Amino acid sequence: MTAARDERERLSVEVWRGRDEGRFETFAVPHRANQTVLDVVTWIQRHAAPALAYRFACRVGVCGSCAMTVNGRPRWTCRTHVSKVAGADRRLRIEPLRNLPRIKDLAVDLTPFFEKWQRAQGRFTPTRNRADPLAPVSPESPARKAADAGIECINCAVCHAACDVVGWDPDYLGPAALNRAWTLVNDERDGDRRGVLQAAAAGGGCHSCHTHGSCVEHCPVGLNPTAGIAGLKRRSLLDLVGSGLP
Amino acid sequence: MSPARLYLLQRATALILAPLVLVHLGLILIAVEGGLTAAEILGRTRGSVGWAAFYGLFVLAAAIHAPIGLRNVIHEHTSWRGRSLGFATIALGLLLAGLGARAVIAVVAVP
Repeated sequence: MTAARDERERLSVEVWRGRDEGRFETFAVPHRANQTVLDVVTWIQRHAAPALAYRFACRVGVCGSCAMTVNGRPRWTCRTHVSKVAGADRRLRIEPLRNLPRIKDLAVDLTPFFEKWQRAQGRFTPTRNRADPLAPVSPESPARKAADAGIECINCAVCHAACDVVGWDPDYLGPAALNRAWTLVNDERDGDRRGVLQAAAAGGGCHSCHTHGSCVEHCPVGLNPTAGIAGLKRRSLLDLVGSGLP
Repeated sequence: MSPARLYLLQRATALILAPLVLVHLGLILIAVEGGLTAAEILGRTRGSVGWAAFYGLFVLAAAIHAPIGLRNVIHEHTSWRGRSLGFATIALGLLLAGLGARAVIAVVAVP
């Protein structure tokens, strides 16, 4: 193999090493067909830097654990093909997600992210037990359609990392938590929809959103948290004038 | 005051301000282009209930709208939080309302 061909078949990959203080380390990684960014990171850990810390689980875009910043944009690395992001110069720069505390290298601490889900009351409050019959829910009702539109979130925190307001205001709940709240506000089976709405509209809640739409732009599964947050704003204003949720 | 109320107040006052600002700007252009003197303008505004209502509403809406927006900017870009920020917001609103009311009175009150 000639040197020129060898160089052509390699990617130049800069990877963040360290925590808040650290540096980029550059690796030459073999470029393969249908290679994902997660494949690249895994190759580096297995062949060049065994101490490299990163997080993944399913590798097929379901678990939401492998999100990182790739060439400046937050992405799910297991479903991001190198050919889509590397460009003609075959360069990649991989960093941890923004807006979350760093643990080591590419791994961030998701505790604040999930604490915000709890603050937004992003959890289902049941009204039935296992002995009760299944709740009949019409898939055609407007509320169910609104819930269905946001229900496929995989908790990857890409929207959280992409959101400017999350970066400015540490109190802001962020698009993922508010999107979850919106699905519950529209879930007729939930036993505390008003409580969810009030939690989502409290300080740092839906009214802090600037409607920049970065969450929509970056969501890997194509959700529209901005629309859900706008819905929460609308519902909380209706609630103020007494025509909100029961 | 709850974030939802602040949000509602800021949006409602924005709705009020939008046409008032356009009329105000149009008025300035007409007055300047038309060559009206200060005395001629005061002759039209003094004792006018309509102009008093127009600019009174303008000042009230601006005095509510601006401090809420400034509070949001401070909240997002500094670590200032809590009651002191709330008091500062109210103080700014009162200051704007006071200065605005003084200006309105100056042009509509009959000497």
